Formats: sequence, structure tokens, C-alpha cells
Amino acid sequence: MTTTATDFALQMERVSKIYSVGDAEVVALDQVDLTVDADEIIALVGPSGSGKTTLCSIAGGLLKATDGSVIVGGQDISQYTPKQLTRFRRESVGFVFQTVNLVPFLTARENLLVVDEIGPRTGRRAKDRADQLLGELGLADRSSNLPAQLSGGERQRVAIGRALMNEPNLVLFDEPTSALDTQLGDQVVNLIRHEMKSRGTAAIIVTHDERITHYADRVARIVDGRISAVRSARHLHRHQV
Amino acid sequence: MKLALRELWRRPGRFVVATAILALIALLLMVLGGLLDGLLAGSTGALRAQRGQLIVYSSTSRESLVRSHITPPMRKEVEGVAGVSQVAGLGSVQVGARVGGRGPRDLVPVVLFGYELPPKSLPDAVPAYGEVYADDSLQAEGVKKGGTIRLGPARTPVRVIGFLRDSRYSGQGTLWGSLATWRSVLAANRPGERAGEGVDQALVVRVAGADASGQAGAIDRATGGATKTLTIPQAIDALPGVTQQQTVFNQIIGITVVIALVVVGLFFALITVERIGLYGVLKAVGASSAILFAGVLLQAVVVTLIASAIGVTVSLALAAAIPSGSIPFVATPSRLLTSTAYLLIAALLGCAFSLRRVLKVDPAAAIGGEQ
Repeated sequence: MTTTATDFALQMERVSKIYSVGDAEVVALDQVDLTVDADEIIALVGPSGSGKTTLCSIAGGLLKATDGSVIVGGQDISQYTPKQLTRFRRESVGFVFQTVNLVPFLTARENLLVVDEIGPRTGRRAKDRADQLLGELGLADRSSNLPAQLSGGERQRVAIGRALMNEPNLVLFDEPTSALDTQLGDQVVNLIRHEMKSRGTAAIIVTHDERITHYADRVARIVDGRISAVRSARHLHRHQV
Repeated sequence: MKLALRELWRRPGRFVVATAILALIALLLMVLGGLLDGLLAGSTGALRAQRGQLIVYSSTSRESLVRSHITPPMRKEVEGVAGVSQVAGLGSVQVGARVGGRGPRDLVPVVLFGYELPPKSLPDAVPAYGEVYADDSLQAEGVKKGGTIRLGPARTPVRVIGFLRDSRYSGQGTLWGSLATWRSVLAANRPGERAGEGVDQALVVRVAGADASGQAGAIDRATGGATKTLTIPQAIDALPGVTQQQTVFNQIIGITVVIALVVVGLFFALITVERIGLYGVLKAVGASSAILFAGVLLQAVVVTLIASAIGVTVSLALAAAIPSGSIPFVATPSRLLTSTAYLLIAALLGCAFSLRRVLKVDPAAAIGGEQ
């Protein structure tokens, strides 16, 4: 594994992703460049099919780029084998999925500990970290509850806790507010910002929801597989007003 | 692994149907095996109880005790074979026995053996004339130590002086006495089959070396082909119906194992399909296919062990509940363990159907699905 010291959580250079569909080729990402600072929050917005999920998946090691270079937390994952990517995902990135996707038969605490159980176990250290995260996320008294016994917001917080268990360089949020009402959505994004900033962890939030851009440091707009504009959120909102 | 165990523990309902079906299959396997063992035990005990390694029949007997006659000259030739350390006569006769306490027409079918070399578990001294040891299964028929049994149409009396275990023959209880007692009962009740003095039906032979099969050939050569010598396992296989019973039962057991394999395979394939979303998420957060498949295997092993434990418990209960001598069913530890091992192998092979599906789960599917 190639690891270099860097101030960036993510560096993507000329990244392309091309899918073969029958005889045709579909360009999902076209020569994308994107850099995310070590504690930066980027909102990735764009219409359906624009390539934002593909970008997120490549940054998280879920997909391999067809071309270009992807460096996450100093690791160049562009040429990683599937096995290396599995380890990379386990150790270096966090995911919060659109449908939360907690393991339904595990308690909130156990859902956090899953991350430890699927890799080389650290035992007590992982348990302490899970308890600490649950406390910080306001879920200390809900740690023994199954997902079905938690509210939508609480489940989202558990998912955030799970994403932070491995102390990642980068957390990827896939439409984190799509299943929540406006008020709860605001609370969750506030929480995401607070948790990321307090830990100095970078985040990419894939969203259709323009309101989320208020909480991001920068907003990257992607259309037809190309990043058309990267603006600071403050700049963007000034122009929207 | 903990994840798989927790699912079993927290969602037992999900596995109840598979466990119940597998428990029934386990019970079927164990009952079939127990019946086979019971039938074989009831047919072959007298031969398995022999202390010799070889049985010598006359060559025209088609390996049947009742058709076999060994004359004193033949016996002498056998005794002269190098490596033969002991030669003992053996005779048998099937008769109806009148047991005290039963009606005059309520006969108990028995096989009386006359012997020189005591079967396993009997003392070295051969019983006195008119005295016999009885197979302990005859106790259920009313045979008691110290009691007198009258054998055959001549009602020849023999006195029971003790019992021995696992010596049934042809599905009947056995009595074990001296060759003189056997000759007397045979002469009185089967005059046409009378055996002259010194004539035995077969010889039980002990050999010095380990090569019993080689000695069998040497004996038959020494008698100029007048004898047919078999090892004890060969003699057991030569008993009428034994090989056929084994073949039929083993085929049914084999088919049952295949059914178990298909049941486990289908069940876990179905569960794996249901879990594809969950596996996608787990793979996305860093779980390898190996760890996910190991979880499937672990669940299959636990379900199979629970099903087997139910099968073992019911089989032991059946064995205890079935009256002795009514149904030839025995639940031996080796049969129960073998059945459990077959089921475990079937479960592990059945799970292999799910392996491809687990390998194919795409972690990228966990995030959106949009390209």
C-alpha cells in the first residue's frame, strides 16, 4: 500500500469511470478533479444520474476508477486489489447510507462494534470507543436498543457513530436527509457538521437537498459526470439570496 | 462470527422451519441406521461373539451352518495347518422353546448353539450337559436364570444358568451349551439332521498371526477343497439377507443425506438472497466475502447440531421405549455420531450453493445504485 503524508483527505485527479452497457460505453465520470481538505465538508450536488454516487463510491473504495488517481488520507487506492480495497474501507473511510442500513438484529452499540468484529478485533478498545461515540451522539441511554426501537434521527446518529468507529480520514454521506422531515433533516446535518468539525474529519455529502449546502464548507456541482463548479458555500448562498 | 450467532439467538424464528425439517431428517437418518443396526445385531450377534478369527464350513454348505458338516478327519486336517492355534467345534439348531409361564402353544423361537470355544463374555468352562447360557433378550420372553426351557417337539429340557449379551442369530434369541447338549437336542428334535459323534457343523479357528485371510486359504488347501473358510466379517456378510439389508438401508440413508443437503442448500440460499442488502452494507464497511460466508457456515453448523441433538434425544427415547425383542432398533453412539457427521457434511456442502451469491454481492450496491 502506498501511503504519503498529506494535508488532504481526498485528492482525485483526472478520474474517469466508464461502464460498458452492451456494446455501448457510458461515461459516468469524465476527467474529474476534486480535492478535499483534512477537515473540510463538501456537499456534492447534482441531478439524478449526474455521477455523484459514482464519485462517492470511487472515493470510498467501493468502485475502481477506469482512469486517474485517487488518494485518500495519503493512500493511493487507484491500483488497489479488491482485497486491499476491503481493508481500506474497513480502516480508512466511513459510510452513512441513504437508507441508514443498520443491522436490524443488533443493538445500537453492537451496530457500532460490527466494524471491529469484521476486522482484526481490538476488543476493549473498540468497546470503549463505541461507548464514547454513543455518549457524544446523545445515545448513551439507547445503546441497548435495537434499530426498530429507535427514531429515524436516532438511527441516523447510530449510522454516523458506525461511520466514525474506525477513526476515518473521510466520511461519505449518501443522501443523509432524504428519509427525514425538514426539522429532523436540519438536526442531522447540524450534527454531521458538529461531529466532523469537532474531530477534524473530512466529509463528502451527496445530496439533492439544497438546504444541506448551508452546512458545507464547499459545494461541488456535478453534471453529466463533470464537476461544473466548486464554490464556497458562503459564496453560493450570497448569490442565491 | 458473532454477528451470525447473534442472528441465530435474536431471530430464532427465522431458523425454526429449517431446524425442524433437519431434525426430522436427522431422526429419519438415525432411525433408519438404528433399524439397520438392530436388524444386523439380531442376525449376526452369534458370529460377532466368536473369539476365533475364522469359521470353517464344509465346501458344499454354501456358507450355511445348518447345511455344513465337518467330519473328524477334516477337523484333524484343519488342526494340522501351520499358524492355527485353536480349533473348536460349533453346531446350531433352530427350535421352538417352551418357557415356563407361557401357554403350551406359545413357543419362543430360539437357536441353540453347541460350542467348545466360549463366545465373548462367557466363562472359559463349557456348561455341563443340559445346561445353557441364554441371550439376555430372552428375558423379555420369560426366560429366567435357573429356569428350565423345553426345546422342540421332543421338549428336551435345558436349564438356564446365566445370560450373555448381543448374541442373537437370524433374528432369534440364542442358547449356548456344550456340543453334547446340542447333539442331544438335534437328535431328539431333528432326527434327519442328526450329527454323529465328533461331527460338527462348523469350526471356529483361532490363528496366531494377523493374516486371517491368508490362513483361510491355507486351511482350504489343506483339506483339499473340502472346506470353505471365511473370516468372521465374511461369514457375517454371507448370512442370508445381511448384505441385501445393508445395501437397501444404506441407499435409503444416502438419499436422505442428499435430501438434507438440498434442504440446507435451499434454505441458506434463500436466506442469503434475503440478506443481499445487508451483505452489501457489511461489505461496504469492510467485511470480506470470507467472513460473511463463514457466518453462513457457522449458522448451518449450529442449526444442524441443534437438529441432530433433537434427533439423538428422540432416538434414545425411542430405543428406551421400544420393548426388547419387538422392533429391532438400537441407538448406538457410533450410529448417532455418524448420522450427525453425515448431516454436517450435507449442511456444509449445501451452504456451498450460497457461496457464489455471497461472492457476487457488490458493496457499491449499498450506496445509491445510481451511476
